[in-house]
Amino acid sequence: MRMLRFILFRLLGMVIVLLVVATVSYAIFYLLPTNPAQLSCGKPCTPENLQRAKEFMGTASPWWQQLWNFLTGIVAGRSFGSGDAAIVCSAPCFGYSFQQNASVTELILSRFPVTASIAGGAAVLWLITGVAGGVISALRRGSALDRGVMTVAIAGVSTPSYLVGLLAILLFGFTLQWLPTGGYVPLTEDPGQWFLHLILPWCTLAFISAAIYARLTRGQMIEVMGEDYIRTARAKGLREPRVVVTHGLRNALIPVVTIFGLDLGALLGGTVIAEKVFSMQGLGAMLIDAVHSLDLQLVVGFTLFAAFLIVFANFVVDLVYGFVDPRVKVGA
Amino acid sequence: MTVANTVEGASVTARKTGFRHVVTSIRGDGWASAGIITIAVFILAAIFAPLLTAIPGQNPYTYHLGLLDDSGAPKGWGGGISATHWFGVEPLTGRDLFAIVVYGARTSLLVGVSATILSVLIGVLVGITTGFFGGWYDRVMSRVVDVMFGFPVLVFLIALTAIVPSSIPRPLFMIVVIGLFGWPAISRVVRGQVLSLRERNFVVASTAMGARPGHVLFTQVLPNVTATIIVYATIMVPSMIGFEAALSFLGVGVPPPTPSWGRTIGDAVGWVQTSPMYLVFPGLALLLITLAFNVFGDGLRDALDPKAVRR
Repeated sequence: MRMLRFILFRLLGMVIVLLVVATVSYAIFYLLPTNPAQLSCGKPCTPENLQRAKEFMGTASPWWQQLWNFLTGIVAGRSFGSGDAAIVCSAPCFGYSFQQNASVTELILSRFPVTASIAGGAAVLWLITGVAGGVISALRRGSALDRGVMTVAIAGVSTPSYLVGLLAILLFGFTLQWLPTGGYVPLTEDPGQWFLHLILPWCTLAFISAAIYARLTRGQMIEVMGEDYIRTARAKGLREPRVVVTHGLRNALIPVVTIFGLDLGALLGGTVIAEKVFSMQGLGAMLIDAVHSLDLQLVVGFTLFAAFLIVFANFVVDLVYGFVDPRVKVGA
Repeated sequence: MTVANTVEGASVTARKTGFRHVVTSIRGDGWASAGIITIAVFILAAIFAPLLTAIPGQNPYTYHLGLLDDSGAPKGWGGGISATHWFGVEPLTGRDLFAIVVYGARTSLLVGVSATILSVLIGVLVGITTGFFGGWYDRVMSRVVDVMFGFPVLVFLIALTAIVPSSIPRPLFMIVVIGLFGWPAISRVVRGQVLSLRERNFVVASTAMGARPGHVLFTQVLPNVTATIIVYATIMVPSMIGFEAALSFLGVGVPPPTPSWGRTIGDAVGWVQTSPMYLVFPGLALLLITLAFNVFGDGLRDALDPKAVRR
């Protein structure tokens, strides 16, 4: 019951945040002097044609009306125009790209596997190597590994991921010829090639973050291992691995979970960059193309989708937090 | 009361502050010294870019198609390095890479520093007011900061470049959008400091004597968070430079022909194999300036952090 109330409470908070984010973004995008109808109106653009295009796209109404249409479209779907020429955009509708004649949701779904593969793998890799590196560094303070991880962490903060990626392509792709230099192979097509093509992007994105997480975990671990309850655990005869993992690591992980939630947005940004470096046609490439071709519906739709995704992911992290931290009493 | 007074009094005499102390402390810190020297070199190079590039007689705009082979790659060793082209030339156009890198410092530093100033102004204003006044205003703003912290900022910045009117100069636009997204971190730090300062005797006394909130904020509270603000501003510059470079790298930042390291690195993607030096020089410049600001910021923190001195 308390658990349910906790989840409901967080869910409500999430919906409010989403509404505010959607409203603010929508206002920014539509108050600035841009006119999607003008772009698709063609030449010569007569006032009648322009008005028709506006009405068809739904940009003739005031912005709050458009926002309302957009939000209801996400929940219930919507249609553009009327009669035979009407375009139906079924729920969840994040808008309709009139340039590509496809709903934003379809376009996102077609690119999603690429971005999810890059981001998911990178996140798993950086969490595992980061936390493991941090724990080992903390337990073996002053060792070569400890010093190495800390040096990479300090240098890593200053290194842009695309530089790391391009140098990795140069070394492992062109010079050593161990790995493919770019492109994406769908998992369903060839799992082996999928994996091979993703090794470099994963390592590129994970390399720097892993070092930063290792530093964070190390600091937490050193602090936690000095606590009284660790001494108690040892004193009551628990074996060392159990002390380290269930009493030490579990507590040391709490801030790591927090930071990970905050880094998800940056992970999405990093994926956009990785897609360009490794020439993969994911969501980031789609966004850049949409910006260049001034496909505003796609830009706005995708941006809001990205914001929703991150807010939702943070909600999940929040829930996980409740499980990881023994002190967080749900409902409190 | 007496105890608090002696503690505060003691800390004032024990804690060395002021410009001279900072200089001594930075001097004793090898990394921080190297950082500030690198920053100075880059700033000088940016300011005197026309003079510097006049030595080999180059500018970042002139095409030298004669220096390229049929595929568009520069002829000669290291991407066409020579006595007149110190860093070689750009593939496809033959523009002088040294001039591009030197002028690129102008773009990076201008956008990085200006966006930082904007972020710091907003962040400090939000931070000291939320920390000082508290209440519902603080709760709402803290929530805003929470949401902005985890936000896909880069995606938003890219999206915004689609709607910027062409009448607004691109660098100015980038300064404004990067600055507008960068303030949450500093506002949270400043808020935290103000929360504890608010309870200190001199602030309580000032309020008790009838000083208006504006006066208390700007003459009692603000001077005590200056050190923190300076340290954070220094550490923020490289991340702002990074955002400019990332946007330009993705092709939605500073438009050609204005030199930008990020855009050059982005152009170098297709030339990594044939002309790696095209990537190395702007990449190294970006890496050096970022590293320099980071280590200098760390040194400043050590020099200014009252805790470090008191211990």
